[in-house]
This record gives sequence, structure tokens and C-alpha cells, in this order.
Amino acid sequence: MAVTRDPGAARDPAPAGGAAGAPLSSSSEKVILDEEGVRRALTRIAHEILERHQGTEGLLLVGMRRRGVPLARRLAALIAEFEQVQVPVGELDVTMFRDDLELRGTRTAVHPSSMPNRVTDARIVLVDDVLYTGRTVRAALEAILSYGRPRQVQLAVLVDRGHRELPIRADYVGKNLPTARDEQVEVRLREVDGTDEVVLVREEQANA
Amino acid sequence: MRRKDVLDLDDFSVEELNEVLQTADAMKEVLSRPIKRVPPLRGKTIVNCFYEPSTRTRVSFELAAKNLSADVVNISASGSSVEKGESLVDTTRTLQALGADMVIMRHPHAGAPYLVARQLEASVINAGDGWHAHPSQALLDVYTVRERLGSIAGRKVVIIGDILHSRVARSNIWAFTTLGAEVVLCGPPTLIPPGIEQAVAEVLRCKSGDGVHKEHAAVRVQYDLDKACEDADVLMALRIQKERQTGGLLPSLREYTRLYGLTKERVARAKFGALVMHPGPMNEGIEIMPDVAYGPQSVIEEQVTNGVAVRMALLYLLAGGRSGRL
Repeated sequence: MAVTRDPGAARDPAPAGGAAGAPLSSSSEKVILDEEGVRRALTRIAHEILERHQGTEGLLLVGMRRRGVPLARRLAALIAEFEQVQVPVGELDVTMFRDDLELRGTRTAVHPSSMPNRVTDARIVLVDDVLYTGRTVRAALEAILSYGRPRQVQLAVLVDRGHRELPIRADYVGKNLPTARDEQVEVRLREVDGTDEVVLVREEQANA
Repeated sequence: MRRKDVLDLDDFSVEELNEVLQTADAMKEVLSRPIKRVPPLRGKTIVNCFYEPSTRTRVSFELAAKNLSADVVNISASGSSVEKGESLVDTTRTLQALGADMVIMRHPHAGAPYLVARQLEASVINAGDGWHAHPSQALLDVYTVRERLGSIAGRKVVIIGDILHSRVARSNIWAFTTLGAEVVLCGPPTLIPPGIEQAVAEVLRCKSGDGVHKEHAAVRVQYDLDKACEDADVLMALRIQKERQTGGLLPSLREYTRLYGLTKERVARAKFGALVMHPGPMNEGIEIMPDVAYGPQSVIEEQVTNGVAVRMALLYLLAGGRSGRL
């Protein structure tokens, strides 16, 4: 069974307000980022994007459905606060470009994407909540190409949990979190789940 | 969607219909992109098996399949072994052996796609069988109304013309009533099946466990078109076949047009903003006047565009079916 061995957890600040809570019947949660942690991470990422791009020229934030979208919107709001410029935000549903559609059995629900007109020559920052195997990002790159030819595509994620299966890496990372394969990283956002937090979910072994 | 085939809409639940419509929303967005291609059906072979002539349906399915990156093969009855006397069952066995993943079939005999679906592991979509069903047409009709009017429940949908011989009418009856609309059938008494109100009510009663809306008498017959148009949200004209006149079912086409032709005056009797629809191809001047067909309330061209999106949705949803069917 997975034994805690990630040094990152030991260095984490104590979760605010006892958020870890009582274990559920067969899994336990550890809070990795609380509301403040999420806010600070996004603020830092927004500044990093502006620094790297030296401004907002040609910048297009593309949120990957589902939770990447509110994250992208929050980054756009932060950028507007810092630079008084409204950067366009697109929404991308990559379901149809996934490489595991066959394995999923009955078709996964697809939703319309919504991308602004100017993708060609844009400097895109893809935004997602968790970077894991990298396959979803690969699907997103292919999806973007059906809209045009961007000048550049970068990747911003709230959590990088390792275990890449493709040569994909993030340009902006909120938190690096080494994980075991049988752990789950759950990102909860106010807009979708009512609260802001990042938790690590571990399956507990059922003891006799 | 957990079914192998789409043969008729009579057994579709509200959830399944909505699943198709919502998927079609995503597909319509794909059609608005510079590159209208997505990969879910890459490596799949789709065979269009049309034993009756068709342009718009066949091309619509072909484009839908290609947009999903499938490979498409077209078979039409003429110029194929069917002319040598090869039976339907033999043809479909051959298709199976050749590795078809999906077969889209149009056939003059009702029930033919059911026979084929039983024989094949591949999914079968009915593109029209005799007078019986044309599910993808009804789905695109419902999609168009939903897109333009926002909702289906509570709407009054008038279908005008030769209901008796119309698979489009039958499939639309199932689609619209399941989603809670009231359907009014209007046409000459010789061309409306007797007892259809009771027959549809009976089927819907059996389905009512699926959450079928029950607020309205599902289907009504009204022989007077002027009355039928009042308060209508949708006016759907069906193509009248000129052969019906020689078959003794119509006294003359001119009389048909006078009583049942969709004119500007009749459209004006409907609700403000009512939609004018037609499955095509149109007999302009007979069942529909040109100024109506090309007027501001006509959504006939949108029906065609939406047809590709809806067919993409069907192909996409069916493609996962087999692995989900345990």
C-alpha cells in the first residue's frame, strides 16, 4: 500500500483550520493548498506570465475544461488588476482529441469550446488545474491547431504531480507535488465546488 | 448512449434525446472552426449503403463521418452487386467481412435496417426505411427548433402534408412529443393515417416511465390548415409526391396547394417568430411558396447545416457503444 514518502508533504504548512478532517470510510485527504495558498499561487503565476511575456501583447489565456477555465479567468482578472489590460480567455474542451477514448467505453460527454477569433500568431498560455501524464495537454495542443497557428504555446498549472508519460512540461507551476500513482490530487475551486483547495487523497487499506 | 444502433426514435428516452442534442452543440462548434476535423473516429470505416436515391442525407452523413476522421465508403444500389441479384443479407455479410465499423442505410422497405442490424456487429443507423422512420432528420429538426426557440416543451409543432407516407413525420412525432411538444398533423384526410392520435398516445403511455412530459395531448389531427396555423411555434411542410395524384389520393395538385400550401398568409396566422421548416427537397409553389421558403422565418438552410452537426453527434455517441455494452 502507498506509504507516505514524499518530502514535499513534510514541508507543507499545517492545513488551516483542521481541514484534513476525519478519514472517509476508505480514503483520507490531506490539504496541500488552502484558499490562501491557491490565491498566492495564482498571483505569483500571473506575475510570472507578465514578466516572461514582458507585458500582454498577443496574450491569450486558454482554460482547459473543466477547472482550467475558472483558473484562466482568475489569471485574466489578476492581469487586469496589475496591468489594466483585459486579456482574452478561451475555453477548450479536449475530449474528442483524447488518446484514450476507446478505453472509456460509452462516449464521454463533449461540450462546445469557445475560442476567440485570433488564434493565429497569438501567444497562448494553456491553463489547467493538474498536470499528470501530459496526455491531456497533448490533446489540447492538437485541438488548438484546428483554430490556427499560434506563435507560441505555454502551459500554466496549479499543481504538477509528476509521472509524465509524454515529453510535456509546464512553464508556470503553482505547486510541485510528488505523488504516488494510486493517490489522487483533487483541485476544488469556488466556481465549481464551492471552495478553494487542493487535496491529496489516499486510499486507506481496510483493516480487519 | 448505450445502444448499438439508431433505427427509430420511438424508444428514445428524454435523456437520450438530450444527450444527442447536447453533443450536437459541441459538434456545431467544431463546424465553426477553421479546421473542421476532430479525431474520435480515426481508423473507423463507415459505409453509406443507400438503396434509394438521396443527396442531402447521404452527403450530410459523409461529411459528418469525415469531420470525425473516419473513412467513408459509399454504396448505392445501382452499379453494385445488388443489380446482379445479391440479397440484402449477403451484402451486409460482405460488409462485415470487409471490416465496416458502422453502416448507414437507406432502403425502400420498412424494417430493412433492423434486419441488417441483427446480422451485423457493426452499428447501423437508419437513414430512412420506407415510410417508417428517419431518426436523424427528426433529431436535426428538434435541434433546429431548440436552437432557435430555446425549448421544446409546450411548443405547438404543425406538420403539414402527406403524413401517411412520411417517415420524416413519424420520427418527428416521436421526437417532439417525447420532449413535451404538442404535434398537430394537418393534411388531406386521405393522407393522414386513421387512428394515429390513439396509437401515439398508447406508445407514449407505455414510455411514460422515462419521464416523457405528459402535459399535452401529444398528437392532434386538424384538417383545416388555417386553423392549425393559429398559435403555432413551428410550421413544417412536407414534400408532396406528385404520384399521389395519379394514385387517386389527391384530386389535383392545384387543389392540394389551395388547401394545404404554406403561404405567407397562413404563416402570418402563427405565433410571431414562428419557424418555417421543410426537410427538402422542396416543390416550390406546391406545398410551400417561394416567398415563405426563402422568407425571414424560414430555417430550412439551418436545418441542413444542423444536420451535419447532429449526424456527427450520432456517430460519435455510437462509436463508443460497443465497448460500453457488456
